[in-house]
Amino acid sequence: MSKATIGIIISCISLAVTVGAVWGGQRLIESRGRCLWKWVAVALILGSAVAGLLIPVPRLPIVNESIRNLFFHVPMWFGMIMVMLVSIVYSMQYLRRPSARLDILAHEAAKTGILLGVLGLATGSLWARYTWGAWWTPDPRLNAAAVALLIYGAYLVLRGSFRDDQQRARVSAIYNIFAFAAAIPLLFILPRISGNSLHPGQTGNPGFNKYDLDSTMRPVFYAAVIGWILFAFWLTQVSSRLTLLQHQHDDQ
Amino acid sequence: MRPETNPQPVPLLREISTLLAKDFRLEWRQRAALGGLLLYVGSTVFVCFLSFSLRGGQPPPPAWNALFWVILLFAAVNAVAKGFMQESPGQRLYYYTLVRPQAIILAKMLYNALLLLGVGLLGLFLYTIFLGNPIQDPALFVANLALGAVGFATTLTLVSGIAAKAGGNGATLMAVLGFPVMIPMLLLLIKVSKNALDGLDRGLSQQSIVTLLALNVIVAAVSYLLFPFLWRG
Repeated sequence: MSKATIGIIISCISLAVTVGAVWGGQRLIESRGRCLWKWVAVALILGSAVAGLLIPVPRLPIVNESIRNLFFHVPMWFGMIMVMLVSIVYSMQYLRRPSARLDILAHEAAKTGILLGVLGLATGSLWARYTWGAWWTPDPRLNAAAVALLIYGAYLVLRGSFRDDQQRARVSAIYNIFAFAAAIPLLFILPRISGNSLHPGQTGNPGFNKYDLDSTMRPVFYAAVIGWILFAFWLTQVSSRLTLLQHQHDDQ
Repeated sequence: MRPETNPQPVPLLREISTLLAKDFRLEWRQRAALGGLLLYVGSTVFVCFLSFSLRGGQPPPPAWNALFWVILLFAAVNAVAKGFMQESPGQRLYYYTLVRPQAIILAKMLYNALLLLGVGLLGLFLYTIFLGNPIQDPALFVANLALGAVGFATTLTLVSGIAAKAGGNGATLMAVLGFPVMIPMLLLLIKVSKNALDGLDRGLSQQSIVTLLALNVIVAAVSYLLFPFLWRG
């Protein structure tokens, strides 16, 4: 098989996995009573944190021991993207069939995404301080992360500027979908076009593909990714339940 | 007398052209807004000229480029902001009964694109007079400017509709909502325009230009799909 065919197959599989994860995430967030997945999330995050600090890692130039940040920083971004996709889907469902519940779910999912994004920025910035010698560099990846957070900041500002609940829900759902469609795909494409990024996985430092070759790191990394995504769903579930209860309390 | 209801639906293109003509006529009748916009561009360029003349003459090309796009960006926000905000709720209701929402958003986008293209070309002209013209590939620069005008128009039109719904200080909200969405587009535009300034081989800009085109199509399509929901309220 040619390289292009394999690329297409991998893209299709990752698309299917993403769609499945978003669908499953919605089911988990709305689920009641079942808590096995929460124990799984706790076990995966704790396990990957301990293993991430203890397992032997390959000595690569520039990154050295700081390669362990892969187990913390990257899964947070995975969690953020997942939970933001969930937020977009809730916004779409809201436009299709408006209800206060869907609006609350979309809002809380976006807030969880912001939290994970800030954590991702913080861990990345700390890593950059020791690896590149600066807290922040004008790198395409970093700019992309900042833009994503600015968009969701704008989403919160927009929500704050309405008095009418239904109006707020509808217009913020529209902005949520619009901003995501207009900016986020490009944030993934731009670093690849510019091609002069220092970020691991790009041209400068040893990349993600090289880490991938190392078979001891791979299971820990995947465990961390799944754990953080589950954690994001859990957080969304708790905060949306709280808001729904407040909503019901206000109505009475 | 009751107006006759037309049993046959009016084609979308006719609705768009009528709305476009209406927008141009309105703009021409309220020339203060248009004049304000042109003066805004003119005075900003003049302020740049004055501040650079302190250091003796023309700015270096990177500064020239960055300032040009910043001026255009703010002019675009001001130009597009008044689109939906100058209409009263009664007017909106009236349009709602007459035409499809899709026609309204497409007409507004087209109108804003033409307006911003005019503003961009005027800005370039004034800029050349006051701050010199270091462009080495004018055709590419103007093509990029046109892409930028269309891109700003498609992005900002829906954003201005959203900001108009929120009421209050629309222009501020529009900047807050619009800028993050526009940063990726702006990065591509500035990159291509830098290539045009330096007269680099056009093959280098090709990928960015294709991405810009695709982005314009995506944004226009998403606006087309989402606007009816915004309009319904």
